[in-house]
Amino acid sequence: MLSEEEKQEIEAQSQHYPTTRALCIEALKIVQEHRGWVSDEGIADVAEALQMAAAELEGVATFYNMIFRKPVGRHVILLCDSVSCWIMGYDRLREHFRARLGIGLGETTADGCFTLLPNVCLGACDHAPAMMIDSTHYQDLDPDRLDEILAKYRMEEIREEKKEKRGPADGNTADP
Amino acid sequence: METPLTRSIAPEKAPPDLAQYEKAGGYAALRKALRMAPGDVTAAVKEANLRGRGGAGFPTAQKWSFVPMGDDAPHPKYFICNADEMEPGTFKDRLLLEGDPHQLIEGMIVSAYAVQADVGYIFLRWAYKLAAQRLEQAIAEAYHRGYLGRNIAGSSYSLELHLHVSAGRYMCGEETALLNALEGKRANPRAKPPYPQVSGLWGKPTVVNNVETLCCVPHIVNKGAAWFKNLSRSGDGGTKLYGVSGRVKKPGLWELPMGTPIREILEEHAGGMRNGYRFRGLLPGGASTDFMIADHLDVAMDFDSMQAAGSRLGTGTMIILDDRTCPVGMLHNLEHFFAQESCGWCTPCWSGLSWVEQILKGLEDGKGEASDLERLQSHARLLSPGHTFCALAPGAAEPLQSGLKYFRDDFDRHIREKRCPWRS
Repeated sequence: MLSEEEKQEIEAQSQHYPTTRALCIEALKIVQEHRGWVSDEGIADVAEALQMAAAELEGVATFYNMIFRKPVGRHVILLCDSVSCWIMGYDRLREHFRARLGIGLGETTADGCFTLLPNVCLGACDHAPAMMIDSTHYQDLDPDRLDEILAKYRMEEIREEKKEKRGPADGNTADP
Repeated sequence: METPLTRSIAPEKAPPDLAQYEKAGGYAALRKALRMAPGDVTAAVKEANLRGRGGAGFPTAQKWSFVPMGDDAPHPKYFICNADEMEPGTFKDRLLLEGDPHQLIEGMIVSAYAVQADVGYIFLRWAYKLAAQRLEQAIAEAYHRGYLGRNIAGSSYSLELHLHVSAGRYMCGEETALLNALEGKRANPRAKPPYPQVSGLWGKPTVVNNVETLCCVPHIVNKGAAWFKNLSRSGDGGTKLYGVSGRVKKPGLWELPMGTPIREILEEHAGGMRNGYRFRGLLPGGASTDFMIADHLDVAMDFDSMQAAGSRLGTGTMIILDDRTCPVGMLHNLEHFFAQESCGWCTPCWSGLSWVEQILKGLEDGKGEASDLERLQSHARLLSPGHTFCALAPGAAEPLQSGLKYFRDDFDRHIREKRCPWRS
């Protein structure tokens, strides 16, 4: 079942499209935003809400590059592998990720922190090589810069963990 | 030298908001257009000789002229801005989208008025997050100011404008595939005819134009066709955003007169090759254009001159091949992209491109055979126009056929030495 939030967000998009069917890509994006990826259950939920055949929605979901039909890590690294970035050092970056994170393309680190995916041209060719992590663009990359960026994400992870251990900020730690 | 499209764009700075845009003369073209007959707007664009900046160079006014007009015309009519910039090596529309969103929106309203469209969509690629934010903001401002919605600026003309952020696939840039994507389907191309102008989005008359094309329109309406033609150094009107990427001293993007020669862009603007690297060739307008070599450096970057020289202007953003980069490896990278992004709709494309990719990989891995070159040639023929459903495969064939022609010695070395000579 879609959550109330998901339903509301899909409903809000409906003003932009004259048919329910046309909403399906927005709906998949919304489900992914909430759940991290689109599972079989996610497909079934959206199909039911939009009154589409699940198989047909599956065809749509698997067509688009940014709908993830497999689980991804907390951060998705989208490394541009198109021609300008390839010329300017894509291979070196991919190997650096392998050395630092122990993962290749399409893989997720054991701690679930990063998924590394190849990506087509990000429109930053004059600052190649480039990548995105989640919604943030990074450009003019080299291995040193990658290390700095990864360290930043690691620091954030550690801060998040500490916050979780401390419990909610309002000090209310009583059992329900 | 005038740079109408980029004059208000200051990278690293917030784009002009509506008030700033109006202060610089923005939305004057819209007010002027609304006092003109729709056909006169089209006539001005025709007179200006504006050709599509998405890559194909189709005359914009001619595209519009196929839309049914008059009281009997089907409605709603749709007007779509193709902002799905995914051609590898291309980064020009991003500047216009992020740098001056109101210019695009005004261009869309004026153009939609010319064909009397009722609903507009900006089809934006997902990776352009900043552009999405800024467009949303600008669209809201335009609605608030009465430039969108019912009775625009007090006229009898109405237009609704929506932003659609794609879920990502190169195919969506093909105009009929884009329509399928907007309808919530797989982005396979549609058979033509019927053309979208007659039966497009949800079966209604639809025009699809590129971002840069639409950004030219308000300036044509404001300053006239003669002024626009005079911006150019060739028969095609206007300026052009030219880009250079690869191992040059100053990669970048510049608005220059249409028809600026390759050498001038490469040497004066991009600063020439980086120290220690020599020029070997270039793709002039994205991944799906034919390679050009040193012999072509004096060719003018306009649609007809580039075609006469055996390539295409494409998106006008060139990718430079240097002497320390393997041409076979570069082709492998390009064909890997096309094979991956093929939508799978027609066999010559999905099957042919997979074979091309595998043969090129074999060459790079030292497993090449003499017969590979003939096989690649034959694939290049089978992927050419007339054999496939849309332009994706013919686009993939362009760098392939020209690469085989200009870098034959490099192919031969891979086969002879059973290795890629550029890999240590």
